[in-house]
Amino acid sequence: MHKLLASATKEFLLLTRDFGGLAILFLMPLLLVITITTIQDGTFKTLKESKIPILLVDNDKGSVSEQIRENMAAAQQFEIVPQENERKAQQLVQNGDYQLAIVIPKKLSSALNHKVQENVEGILSKFNGNDAEDPQTSTNSKKEVKLYFDPATQLSFRNSIKSGINQMVSKIETESIYKAFQEELTDDPTEEIFDTQPFITFSEIAPGDVPDKSAIPNSTQHNIPAWTLFAIFFIILPLSINMVKEKNLGTFVRLRTNPVSYGTVLGGKTIVFLAVALIQFALMLLVGVFLFPILGLPELTVAGKLPMLFFVAFFAGLAAVGLGLLLGTIAKSQEQSAPFGATFVVILAALGGVWVPVFAMPKFMQALSNISPMNWGLSAFYDVFLRNVGILELLPEIALLFLFFLITTGIAIFYNERQIAV
Amino acid sequence: MIQINQLSKKYKNAERFSVHNLDLVIDEGEVFGILGPNGAGKTTLISMLSSLLKPTSGSFTIDGLSYQGHMSRLKQLIGIVPQEYALYPTLTAFENLKYFGSMYGLKGMELTQKINEHLEILGLKPFAHKKIQTFSGGMKRRINLIAGILHKPKVLFLDEPTVGVDVQSKNAIMSFLKELNENGTTILYTSHHLNEAEEFCSRIAIIDLGTIICKGKPEELIRNEPEAKNLEEVFLARTGKALRDYA
Repeated sequence: MHKLLASATKEFLLLTRDFGGLAILFLMPLLLVITITTIQDGTFKTLKESKIPILLVDNDKGSVSEQIRENMAAAQQFEIVPQENERKAQQLVQNGDYQLAIVIPKKLSSALNHKVQENVEGILSKFNGNDAEDPQTSTNSKKEVKLYFDPATQLSFRNSIKSGINQMVSKIETESIYKAFQEELTDDPTEEIFDTQPFITFSEIAPGDVPDKSAIPNSTQHNIPAWTLFAIFFIILPLSINMVKEKNLGTFVRLRTNPVSYGTVLGGKTIVFLAVALIQFALMLLVGVFLFPILGLPELTVAGKLPMLFFVAFFAGLAAVGLGLLLGTIAKSQEQSAPFGATFVVILAALGGVWVPVFAMPKFMQALSNISPMNWGLSAFYDVFLRNVGILELLPEIALLFLFFLITTGIAIFYNERQIAV
Repeated sequence: MIQINQLSKKYKNAERFSVHNLDLVIDEGEVFGILGPNGAGKTTLISMLSSLLKPTSGSFTIDGLSYQGHMSRLKQLIGIVPQEYALYPTLTAFENLKYFGSMYGLKGMELTQKINEHLEILGLKPFAHKKIQTFSGGMKRRINLIAGILHKPKVLFLDEPTVGVDVQSKNAIMSFLKELNENGTTILYTSHHLNEAEEFCSRIAIIDLGTIICKGKPEELIRNEPEAKNLEEVFLARTGKALRDYA
């Protein structure tokens, strides 16, 4: 125990003597989580509040294009920038000056009105027992609204825009049909014979035992656990570099000749770096709870969850430290440990579902995701943050994280023993 | 004190043995010098004796104990002063010594007292709370030495303890080592400073290509080598003048 404490004290002193490194260790994860949450929250706001400038080439100049323009303005997502020339609009989007150009074809209004009128008259004629022109044989050709996207825009953004425009076009078509019926059935244009408001609506409700709208996760509830875990795992970098430095200094060789086990040496490192991980976690929570609301970001809700959150953070930290100890034991130089560590953490994060949810991954990657400690940690954090589970439900993930620590540390000790036999 | 029997070490993928069938007996209280050109096997021998490397074949005992089954006890008996400084540059001299002393089970007042005593003897007391990174080469060598002897080892392995130090530091280190030896510590010492070895060692073995080519008291070695006036001439006569470069 005395040797373990001496080792931990030495690690603490080494860490605190490198003030720049210590600041980076604590500040960079905070910067990361603030940046990511601001960007993600801003993305939602972009779609809901702030306006995306888009080019509108109106070759129709009729009622439909006017409606499209009005609907887009009403949606408050877009700032319409008129552009007369389709070729020019295409060029501006290609250059990345605009993310999107919408080209409304010529005579769209008259074609739509004609088509709707044809259909309505056909239906009414059937009701009146008259034969009418079959809509299938109509000479009215289909019209196409062209969308030019900046090649650099993300697929998710394109899909979201396409879905929004599709919805808008459907609404215009429906309204045109209602309007055509109205014109056929009454001479008074102010008379409301149809209720045109959507009949089916939807609302999002939390699936917990006590449905509560406030429990619906916001970007903070998602980002804090995901990026905190990412930051915790990044501890493998300073830890492995610390170990490689010791090898270069010759102190590791001296320690191997001392009557102290490698496990004790690693134990000292584990205590200090685990404490660092927990302090990182506490700082992340403080930022989420106190700083985010000041920055206009959604507040992190931790009420009643703190012991469970620290319980998960403790084991996630252990898993990260175990990986760092293994990497530090195997790596022979900082050139090996730093790039490998950084890349490996990013891979683990990707597999763990930090960027793309695991359910959205291909089957093979989903299977791989099951062996990522970051997936276990993230799942445990989501269980606490978003599903309000108890300690028993957390045990499988906690057990996996602890097992991961034991296995990685065990391999590190075994590898170190093997080194003596070179 | 140290009994070595047919000890050999061949590294993985190496073409030749670094230490080959080496037999040696070092008595208690001796200062035994292992001299040899680069790549002769000196550091490999010390590494095996200090448990850093497993021998390929052969065996040895220190104070009647082998590493098999007595690892911890044996490590407590020996002290090592490696060629590298093997210190933490951002820790102070006191913090470094406190840490390495703790690894030998020393603690509390006893440890603090021992550190202060040794710092005093080697002229480093005023610098106890300065970081190692501010120390000169000679000061680091002296701290490196203290880190290896705080626990009062019965056997001390010294791998070039005075390399790269000024005359004053060298003098302080050698005086301290002599005193240590007079107090009963057996010393196994390697160096390229042949004059230093001639003066310091009670017996010497010159090794080359992993085997002992001659051994005895320094004056015997000089006497037995025709036309040799000092140990350096014995060394060159026995190992040749060809450069020993290995990569």
